[in-house]
Amino acid sequence: MHLYPITAYHYLVLAAALFALGATGVMLRRNIIILFMSIELMLNAVNLNLVAFSRLNGHVVGQVFALFIVAVAAAEAVVGLGILLAFYRNKETLNIDEVNLLRG
Amino acid sequence: MHDWVPILIMLGFATGFAAFNIGASKLIGPKHPTPEKLAPYECGMPPVGDARERHPVKFYLVAMIFLLFDIEVAFLYPWAMALRELRWVGFMQLIVFFAILLSGYVYVWRKGVLDWGRDRD
Amino acid sequence: MTAIGFSRGDLYYLLPELIVCTGALLLLLADVALSQQRQARAAWVAILSLGAAATLLAVMSASETTIARGTFAVDGFAIFFKLLFVMSAAVTVLLSHRYLTIEGGRPGEYYFLVLCATAGMMIMASGIDLIVLFIGLETMAVCFYILAGFLKPNRRSNEAAVKYFLLGAFSLALLLYGMSLLYGLTGSTALRAIATALASGSSGRLLAVAVMLLVAGLGFKIAAAPFHMWAPDVYEGAPTPITAFLSVGSKAAAFAMLLRIFFEGLPAFHLDGLGSVFGQPLGWASFFYVLSVLSMTIGNLAALTQTNVKRMLAYSSIAQAGYMLIGIVAGTPRGVSAALLYLVVYAFMQLGAFGVIVLMRREGVAGDELRDLAGLSSRQPAIGIAMLLFMLSLGGIPPTAGFMGKVWLFASAIEAGYFGLAVIAVLNSALSLYYYVRVVVYVWVRREEPGTPPIVLSRAMIVALAFAAAGTLALGVYPRILFELAQASAASLGRAEPMLGWLR
Repeated sequence: MHLYPITAYHYLVLAAALFALGATGVMLRRNIIILFMSIELMLNAVNLNLVAFSRLNGHVVGQVFALFIVAVAAAEAVVGLGILLAFYRNKETLNIDEVNLLRG
Repeated sequence: MHDWVPILIMLGFATGFAAFNIGASKLIGPKHPTPEKLAPYECGMPPVGDARERHPVKFYLVAMIFLLFDIEVAFLYPWAMALRELRWVGFMQLIVFFAILLSGYVYVWRKGVLDWGRDRD
Repeated sequence: MTAIGFSRGDLYYLLPELIVCTGALLLLLADVALSQQRQARAAWVAILSLGAAATLLAVMSASETTIARGTFAVDGFAIFFKLLFVMSAAVTVLLSHRYLTIEGGRPGEYYFLVLCATAGMMIMASGIDLIVLFIGLETMAVCFYILAGFLKPNRRSNEAAVKYFLLGAFSLALLLYGMSLLYGLTGSTALRAIATALASGSSGRLLAVAVMLLVAGLGFKIAAAPFHMWAPDVYEGAPTPITAFLSVGSKAAAFAMLLRIFFEGLPAFHLDGLGSVFGQPLGWASFFYVLSVLSMTIGNLAALTQTNVKRMLAYSSIAQAGYMLIGIVAGTPRGVSAALLYLVVYAFMQLGAFGVIVLMRREGVAGDELRDLAGLSSRQPAIGIAMLLFMLSLGGIPPTAGFMGKVWLFASAIEAGYFGLAVIAVLNSALSLYYYVRVVVYVWVRREEPGTPPIVLSRAMIVALAFAAAGTLALGVYPRILFELAQASAASLGRAEPMLGWLR
């Protein structure tokens, strides 16, 4: 059996696929937690992209960028979960269709 | 073979550290067994039951705060790798970074998020 | 001096940000360390640190340099924006003081978040590296997510926070993917290096995708149609002073970032280089053209039917973003300086208008419906006049600042050959008069409903509103100083070089 070597380009395709999956999830799913997980998937696709490009370009800036994204995404996740917690306490649901007081 | 020596040393240290701590607490630690403590997972929740039951909000808060402090440590690894080049300036930068994290910790602590004794949320 | 780490010069030029951050941390610790009564002084700490930062910014206003290994520019452009942010933050603090007492929020936490958001904006104005811009953007955005939901028991506030958070995070992901592509194409995150790398090679379709993602991500942040859907809901649900800060500060910061990325990182692709559509060459100006037309039209049409003033002002701010984009489409020095000028003008009139809405919030009255404004002029004539001024300015009627701002924006479009865009903008301005005048009718013609509680002015509120009104009027009558400032700032974009001399 012949195995093709895995190059940085394969990672870029994988990242694009992950990003598309995440974006699709954001469009289609209704549970806020799952929406949120889809967004995290998109962010991780970005990280994969950055690290692959970093490898392709042969320097480290992309990895530094990815590290910052990981840390900031964690902070954002914590804030997001806090907001969802406050929302859930008042509303007892996490369905995005119930986010409906503000209309016009 | 020569390259693997540091890893062997690290493995030895890790095993020794774990063995020492378990042994020391066996030998000199106080023992007051209660049913909760003897349960397979001592995590504050019944180990068997419906997984969909609602948990006190404390769990979420602690999990969130753990997530934050856990991830921030990620900055330590590249810093440690570059410390020799960064010298004292780099050291001071990290001190400032941790001072900021620490003030966040003080805030969380004084807000009572880490306090499991009193029941307030 | 080692290549890595900080020099004295770096520290000096970072002082405004450092002061704001230190003030923020002090407030955070004061929240848990001090008694409830002494926390009433939290607003003073915020005002003082903002004042100190503004003073320092004024002192270094002639600087033109880059620090921190060429990732952070201290130039006229950055200082122009930073002064705008500090000013809006200070007005927000003044507006918040009594509002917080009524709503019952903890001042320490609140002002901590306001100051952190300000620091984030300041970093966005100075960043000339994608990583720095991203850090600044997120510092600001995360604070605003919390601030939008600051009224925890209030369901509308909860909803605003959830919506803002989800769409903000989504737009961030788009923006970051665009940034990662840009990095992959050029091998650098520094904007100038990106510009150099792109100038030498052909880049093709991937660059077009990257630009589209950047436009979409930043379009969310400036609340331009078709990426505007979060704005009305978030503006309506968030605490009113935060709505004011969000609509002025975060929009201006996103514009600063947009100008940095496109004018420093992608200047060669203004009019072409991104492929073609229907035989027309495609540049990033084409995308902003579409965004501008859509924002103006959708924003103004939707604002016509609103009965909630906060919501109406949200749609109006979408339309205003459309006007500002005209300057960016034109892309000439005059266009950019007109956009900068209009951002300042917009800050004054928008903060003023929201300030009046904050004033209407009393015990038992939400105060953000149109009918709540009825009879305002007979109760508080001065406030009535101020509201008249803000509405006329937003509508672009002389002798207010809004008129001068629009004249320059539209003139820059005509100068750059965008007659169609200028015509659409003028038509939209005429359309917008309907809903701005309707507010004036409520304030000046309608009678108040009997039994509504009186409107009480506080000192902080008077200062804030007087400041906004004075700015709106003064810049309309004598706009020359600001115009020269905006021109100098726009010209400094992309010019700063690493410093030499004693500081280094």
